[in-house]
Amino acid sequence: MVEHRPLLTFLSHAVLIVGVAIVAFPLYVTFVASTRTVEEILAAPMPLTPGSHFVDNYLAALAHGAGESTAGVGRMMVNSLISALVISIGKIVISLLSAFAIVYFRFPLRTFFFWMIFVTLMLPVEVRILPTYQVVSDLHMLDTYAGLTIPLIASATATFLFRQFFLTIPDELAEAARIDGAGPLRFLWDVVIPMSKTNIAALFVILFILGWNQYLWPLLVTTQESMYTTVIAIRRMISGGDAATEWNLVMATAMLAMLPPALVVIAMQRWFVKGLVDSEK
Amino acid sequence: MAMEKRARFRSPWLPYVLLAPQIAVTIVFFFLPAGEAVYYSAHIQNAFGGNLEFVGFDNFRELFNDQLYLNSFRVTAVFSALVAVLGLGISLVLAVFADRIVRGATGYKTLLIWPYAVAPAIAGVLWMFLFNPTLGVVAHWLRRAGVDWNFLLYGDQAMLLIVLAAVWKQVSYNFLFFLAGLQSIPKSLIEAAAIDGAGPFKRFVTIVFPLLSPTTFFLLVVNIVYAFFDTFGIVDAVTSGGPGQATNILVFKVFTDGFKALDLGGSAAQSVVLMAIVITLTVIQFRYVERKVQY
Repeated sequence: MVEHRPLLTFLSHAVLIVGVAIVAFPLYVTFVASTRTVEEILAAPMPLTPGSHFVDNYLAALAHGAGESTAGVGRMMVNSLISALVISIGKIVISLLSAFAIVYFRFPLRTFFFWMIFVTLMLPVEVRILPTYQVVSDLHMLDTYAGLTIPLIASATATFLFRQFFLTIPDELAEAARIDGAGPLRFLWDVVIPMSKTNIAALFVILFILGWNQYLWPLLVTTQESMYTTVIAIRRMISGGDAATEWNLVMATAMLAMLPPALVVIAMQRWFVKGLVDSEK
Repeated sequence: MAMEKRARFRSPWLPYVLLAPQIAVTIVFFFLPAGEAVYYSAHIQNAFGGNLEFVGFDNFRELFNDQLYLNSFRVTAVFSALVAVLGLGISLVLAVFADRIVRGATGYKTLLIWPYAVAPAIAGVLWMFLFNPTLGVVAHWLRRAGVDWNFLLYGDQAMLLIVLAAVWKQVSYNFLFFLAGLQSIPKSLIEAAAIDGAGPFKRFVTIVFPLLSPTTFFLLVVNIVYAFFDTFGIVDAVTSGGPGQATNILVFKVFTDGFKALDLGGSAAQSVVLMAIVITLTVIQFRYVERKVQY
């Protein structure tokens, strides 16, 4: 610190504590609601200390959901996990391969393909929503894991990130590999991928969260409860109106839906920050 | 940095095979649908779902004469301005104070970053639960303080609520980038100013904030893109565009017109307008934003 100003340091802590409290408050109330009964929540205002129904609520939500839904949240957590993993790993694999081709080969239409991938940045699902739905429906991919994941698997951001990184790998390595008689795939597997480990980890954190938190797309392509992801299950649970909503179970589901991405962020905080900063450069 | 490699591999087919999966997904799920959106935007479908009739720019003309659509533009503009200004302001304050602190800064950082991991739709549900007129805790406090709170009836309150939820979710992201930006400012500059007698506030206004402007501008664009396109879940969970049309932002309207009202041409025209907006924002981001900021 430049100078010693105890008052300013005190103020800094005060502001940050207030900030953290406001950020944490909605999460705390959600947790409290997930440990109470519907009656306690409906007797507004709900008490702000945890209740005694933690185990009951979570077991009920996991086993059979809330309201009229019949499929349990356990099943939806599995759907979310499968989608998030396929989306994040899929994006990493196909982007790594594309970037490798673009950096290490010279071939006709190379720049054209690069621009094609670039332009996808400008076409988020929201702007081509109806026609994309039609394509998926024509391919009979509604209510399938393929439909939930494959249309989201292209990634300009990941391709750029890998391309940037590959350009910093010394040329000598590729030359040495070539002299030793290693082909491109061998070089990719034995040299490039091991060197990219940190980048892959950073990207994985960001893409896993992105995949887990998908909303509009699963809302469109799933009609059966057994294919819902956790995030859209919550939306369906509250659509019946205030009186009909089992808020304690909805809030338990919300906690369950937030848990995996939060764990990934906290467990991989270092890579998370790197991934955020890198993927925006 | 070198833009090209000197050492390359040779193969007439391998690069195409490596690119094939990405290009296939791109064509089938991006270019084909985007092309269709452009095609449908110049056509109307007759009432019986039969033949398409070419109408040129009629759908667009109709769109920009439609009060509901113009209203949606206004709503989106107000919403993104509020999200960007509040989101940047709050996170800048937090980052400036976090940057001052020597001990415990990492702890605050850890506590501030997790809303990033929360899905927009869930962020919406959490805030809706707090402010729900019948059972919300905060709604109860507001009523006791004499505020006539009911976001299901009052448009301004509904807008305020989706702004709060959207800002809450985005603050962690802005905070991380501001903090990185602040930490990259050379300490010697700050020290020199301090020796010359500039107090903390003066130093912030004359040195820190100007040096932070690339980060601020970058975050401004990112926040506008976020408010435009990534807040669908918040609107859907909290207000569904209501009450009236008070929170019917563009991405929500294109969804309801396409899937609920089944207006093929109109929805496609809206998609094309949105595409133009994303293209503009992306170009601004790449052309004018200083991308070599040191983190």
